[in-house]
Amino acid sequence: MSAEHHDAHLAHHFDTPIQQLESGKLGMWIFLSTEILLFGGLFCAYAVYRSNHPEIFVYAHRFLDTRLGAINTVILIGSSFTMAWAVRCAQLGKQKALVVLLGVTILCACGFLGIKAVEYEHKWKDGLLWGKRYKAKTEHGAHAPAAKAKGLLPPTAKVNPEVKSLIPLPAEAPHGLAAPGHAARAEHAAMEAPKNVQTFFSIYFLMTGLHGIHVIAGMVVLSWMLLRAIRGEFGPAYYTPVDLAGLYWHVVDLIWIYLFPLLYLIH
Amino acid sequence: MSDSYSEAAAAGPEHGGSVSHVVPMKVLIAVWAALLVLTILTVAAIKVDLGSLNLWIAMAIATLKASLVVLYFMHMRYDRPFNAIVFVTALLFVMLFVSIAMLDSKAYEPELVPGYAPGMPK
Amino acid sequence: MEATSFEAVTPLPPSENALGRDNYLSRTHGLRSWLFTLDHKRIAIMYLVSILASFFLGGVSALLIRTELLGPHKTIMDAKTYNQMFTLHGAVMIFLFIIPGIPAALGNFVLPMMLGAKDVAFPRLNLASYYLWVIGALFAVLSIVLGGVDTGWTFYTPYSTTTNSNVVLLTFGAFILGFSSIFTGMNFIVSIHKLRPKGMTWFKMPLFLWGLYGTAILQVIATPVLAITLLLLIMERALGVGIFDPALGGDPVLYQHFFWFYSHPAVYIMILPAMGIISEVVSVFSRKHIFGYRMIALSSIAIAILSFLVWGHHMFVSGQSNLAGLIFSFLTFMVAIPSAIKVFNWLATMYKGSIWLATPMIYVLSFLVLFGIGGLTGLFLGALAVNVHLHDTYFVVAHFHYVMFGGTMIGFLAGLHYWWPKMFGRMYNERMAQITAILVFIGFNTTFFVQFVAGSKGMPRRSFNYLPEFRIYNQISTIGSYLLGLAFVMMAVYLVRSLISGKPAPANPWGSATLEWQTASPPPTENFAHSPEAGDPYDVEAWTWDEKIGGYVKSGGTVTSGATVPTVGTAGA
Repeated sequence: MSAEHHDAHLAHHFDTPIQQLESGKLGMWIFLSTEILLFGGLFCAYAVYRSNHPEIFVYAHRFLDTRLGAINTVILIGSSFTMAWAVRCAQLGKQKALVVLLGVTILCACGFLGIKAVEYEHKWKDGLLWGKRYKAKTEHGAHAPAAKAKGLLPPTAKVNPEVKSLIPLPAEAPHGLAAPGHAARAEHAAMEAPKNVQTFFSIYFLMTGLHGIHVIAGMVVLSWMLLRAIRGEFGPAYYTPVDLAGLYWHVVDLIWIYLFPLLYLIH
Repeated sequence: MSDSYSEAAAAGPEHGGSVSHVVPMKVLIAVWAALLVLTILTVAAIKVDLGSLNLWIAMAIATLKASLVVLYFMHMRYDRPFNAIVFVTALLFVMLFVSIAMLDSKAYEPELVPGYAPGMPK
Repeated sequence: MEATSFEAVTPLPPSENALGRDNYLSRTHGLRSWLFTLDHKRIAIMYLVSILASFFLGGVSALLIRTELLGPHKTIMDAKTYNQMFTLHGAVMIFLFIIPGIPAALGNFVLPMMLGAKDVAFPRLNLASYYLWVIGALFAVLSIVLGGVDTGWTFYTPYSTTTNSNVVLLTFGAFILGFSSIFTGMNFIVSIHKLRPKGMTWFKMPLFLWGLYGTAILQVIATPVLAITLLLLIMERALGVGIFDPALGGDPVLYQHFFWFYSHPAVYIMILPAMGIISEVVSVFSRKHIFGYRMIALSSIAIAILSFLVWGHHMFVSGQSNLAGLIFSFLTFMVAIPSAIKVFNWLATMYKGSIWLATPMIYVLSFLVLFGIGGLTGLFLGALAVNVHLHDTYFVVAHFHYVMFGGTMIGFLAGLHYWWPKMFGRMYNERMAQITAILVFIGFNTTFFVQFVAGSKGMPRRSFNYLPEFRIYNQISTIGSYLLGLAFVMMAVYLVRSLISGKPAPANPWGSATLEWQTASPPPTENFAHSPEAGDPYDVEAWTWDEKIGGYVKSGGTVTSGATVPTVGTAGA
């Protein structure tokens, strides 16, 4: 069967390599859709809590370091670029470049996780954790010295918010005239911690944690691809696995593209 | 959703036996550059106070970035339309889920009475 | 698809029985040849054995529940054990039996053969899906062995986050089972898209494939949401993230949105493939072309899509807003339309057909009655005001058993009896099977019909105790459940006897026109000696009874076998 196609990679139940490649791609797109829906649940939780309690998000997001988040975004976009480039090299049979680019992609993933670890460490030290583990020391003015040294002062009532953002301090209106509703609550949040700040950190850790697990899974898959690329298994006639691994990696990037503004850039 | 035969035949072997399109290097670099510019833009945009518009601008930029990744890095522009349908369907269902859950919680949240249900803080 | 020949196999005339010769069961031997098989048929058989074992477990727990309910107060178990028992029954029946039942066991066997293909698109993924099922099942069993779970299969928060039973183990099991289900769905979608043979356009596919395709869409779109829901629940218990915990600013109603976004479509994951089986069987045993093919096919997809828009009807009394209740109630009524389209088309297929009351057909008739009752009582429950009265009563229990058992389980039994000769190459004792089918129908109605009455009079579900005035309903119900248990024992007896000493089955014992019948019974590992040509899958009248072979052969057109005796066979074997 497969002998007549001169193709060792063709499974017995497919007639042509094209049919096999297309099946693999369709399968991968379906799998990616399930990934989107998996994260969809968390995006749903995010949307429900943010729309009902914007003050929590406005207050708590400032404990995240936008600079580190932005650097991570750039790193992941870069890795997506090298991945797309790697697929191109596999299609064109550029063996050496394929190996190098896969290596760079994995390194980017390591860098991303490294920065994420630094961020998690800060949160851990400041007690800015999820749900029942939330014990913000900063609320009582006792900043961790390590955070202070790195200039990562979490803005609280005692810190000028301008350190982290350009939002002007809210003008103090006569209380009797203050408009009720979200706007007032949001402004109020700049001054003191609202109720249930831990909700933000629950969502932050769930979203970035699940994303981090996907990054690790991606690194495993890419390492396997790297190994097979070093063995010279891929070329213009057969590159489906690299292509599919690439699709997965881009989705990991895609999710971060949304996580970054949703978690770090709240106004 | 056409017949798989005509699909396979129509695609035909190109680029040395492969079906997939090889994305030109220029396009890859241009997309990468665009993604970087948009990242800077989204960080900058948040510093301008536009009220609730800020969220929508950030989401619009993110969607633009995501579209670039999907269309070029993930070859969707050159791929079978059905793969795109699969992916877009998933996005539509996420939107359905998020919007109905939001609609409902927006409607019942104001009616919650603090301390009424067990476990609900006063 | 070019015709590829298999030099290794001597082609058998397609009307023959292959027992004792080369077939998928005899090709290789030993445990390893089964455990590491990539053959969809062997994976299907492994699935079949596993899900029947789960059905046994779920069935025994059901009988224990019914026995406890013989009288009010404690009969054989206390309240805590009872809670664990109904959780066990629900979780096992739903996650281990009904959801994988038809797609993974029967569908896996039949789908590639209906496509005239050699296997599903991703055989390794198929095997992986089976082992995920096994691992998930082990976690579920472990949670029972270590003391059980008492939340009910829905794991509602905040009870599920505070009870001290093994919620994490069972939910983790369900989480893994979800991935098993996703992989099956992926495999089926890709197989149907990419492996259809020459001449089989979308609207020439057998309707079972349409049913499986709709199911696969649901599996792929809904199951990931269950995965994240259960993951959040596990995180809630393990780390206390508080997403669903009101004490930490969380929202328990949100949990119900999450849960039902999966679990309502899951109801259609269960029923759609059963409807597909009914579409196949009703045409074959009415000896008539299916009526309204296009409508049945499209209604499968319509049901699949509509099923995503109605999840809130499980939450009418949960604290959900009136607005959402109104929307969901309205949309719920819409689901009745495609379901009714199917039922009317099946009835029209039977109209003026020459109905052959073989076992699969008896199950089809049961299905039509029971699903009719189940569907119509669903409308009562979909109405907002009525729901408030009937919510969490035995009316709901009766309703979903009429749909799940009367629909899916009966469809599964129809399919099992229909494809049994193809799967194992042997016939079962037809008379015994017919009697059993009727007993299942009687036992089922005795068990569940009275529950409508008890429920509408206000008997609450999920309680081991009840008011004395409900005693008579419960006693009738329990007697019915024993009848059902007896029926399944009888079924086990004649099916096992069939495996050992059943009459060898012809390639096409029922005169079906779909491709899986155009190869030997049991089929060879590659399914077909020659790639078959796809024609009209419901051209059953072209197949006529051949006395010499003891099976059906195609008359006129392409003659697939030697002599054909052109007598229209309506008499069963």
